[in-house]
Amino acid sequence: MDVLLPRREDTPPEAMLPRVFEVVSKRQETPDTWTFELEPGAGGSLAFAPGQFTMLSAGGAGEVPISISGDPDRPQRLVHTVRAVGLATQAICRVVVGEQLWVRGPFGRAWPVEDLEGADVVVAAGGLGLPPLRPALLRLLSRRERYGRLVLLYGARTPDQLVFAEQHADWSGEGLEVLVTVDAAGPEWLGHVGVVTRLINRAGLSADRCAALVCGPEVMMRFLVAGLLERGVRAGRVYASMERNMQCGIGHCGHCQLGPTLVCRDGPVYRWSEIAPWLAIREL
Amino acid sequence: MQTIDELIAGAQVFAGLSSLQLQIIAACGRNQRLEAGELLLREGDPADTFFLIRHGTVALELHAPDRGRLRIETLHDGDVVGWSWLFEPYRWQMDARALEPCRLIAFDAACLRGKAEDDHELGYQLMRRFAANLLGTLQATRFQLLDVYGRAATPA
Repeated sequence: MDVLLPRREDTPPEAMLPRVFEVVSKRQETPDTWTFELEPGAGGSLAFAPGQFTMLSAGGAGEVPISISGDPDRPQRLVHTVRAVGLATQAICRVVVGEQLWVRGPFGRAWPVEDLEGADVVVAAGGLGLPPLRPALLRLLSRRERYGRLVLLYGARTPDQLVFAEQHADWSGEGLEVLVTVDAAGPEWLGHVGVVTRLINRAGLSADRCAALVCGPEVMMRFLVAGLLERGVRAGRVYASMERNMQCGIGHCGHCQLGPTLVCRDGPVYRWSEIAPWLAIREL
Repeated sequence: MQTIDELIAGAQVFAGLSSLQLQIIAACGRNQRLEAGELLLREGDPADTFFLIRHGTVALELHAPDRGRLRIETLHDGDVVGWSWLFEPYRWQMDARALEPCRLIAFDAACLRGKAEDDHELGYQLMRRFAANLLGTLQATRFQLLDVYGRAATPA
């Protein structure tokens, strides 16, 4: 197994202090998901690397880890895409333009996009796995000439659950091969229908040149990565963003332990070869 | 112009078959074109012809009285359309509709079943390949049933 290289830099004390941000834009992505653009109330903008997350709160309803979904080259606006699934995220999603959210971070290990220069990069997302990958996509596209093929494999439950749908054509125009599928659809949908793993065949990948960034429900990632490995992609060239119960965000509380690692500090992005043994243990 | 056996040689479902076996299979096939919207298969009809897609997209659909036409899966270049011709009672279980102009190889199912009966080695090789294809479909269907996107993904 490859040796994990956790982040070792010291976390500054202010990492536990939330900063106030103002909501300057709110756009509905799906019936239960919104994308917020935030500007800092005081202090500078929040520089971040693709794949990092913040601890986000509407105040009084708890904090939740939310991946940053904005452009890392434009950190002036912090962008988060949030699905209203629990008390904290429902409170966040009720916030309107002009109101405030509280932010700690950014935290976590990033997608290693610079390390992948020269490779064909497959970005594979399921459901709300696309927002954590969007900063990586934007970074890859902003340096398009440094990479081989760039391919997005994106699956969602139904067409109305696709996020950033209006941006897919733009990305395609910038050199991204966009393959989208949904699990179920009516006759009005003219795109692919079927599970996201089926898109691997359609992509016609060259395994020896291929690296992959994967994010989505864990079971989807297992199926999808199995499909990539079957086609010869090396586990050490596959990266996945993991979800566990992240609370402090700085590796102190231990709630998000995954094997010998803490997802908030050592992840959420891992090399697949690092975490595959731990994912095989059902109790973890 | 390519012959049928040359056309099917590149299909994954026939990969690894000998040229003689491909010729035997090809003898049961013919080229067919369909326009967008045309039905290839209709639920309940005899499963007497199945298809290999050369180019185009085909949707598998089911009708539900209160939900209309439900699109279950789309199939693309190199995919096989139709499995019910393999097993009795040889009736299609769903509709298949061309979503765009399609070029296909249409196979006479009774012809191919007869060839497999006459040549069990060919039948075994075909069954191995079709079983692998069915396994992939079964696994994908199970994955679909998990409805994995019902929960938020990481870290969201």
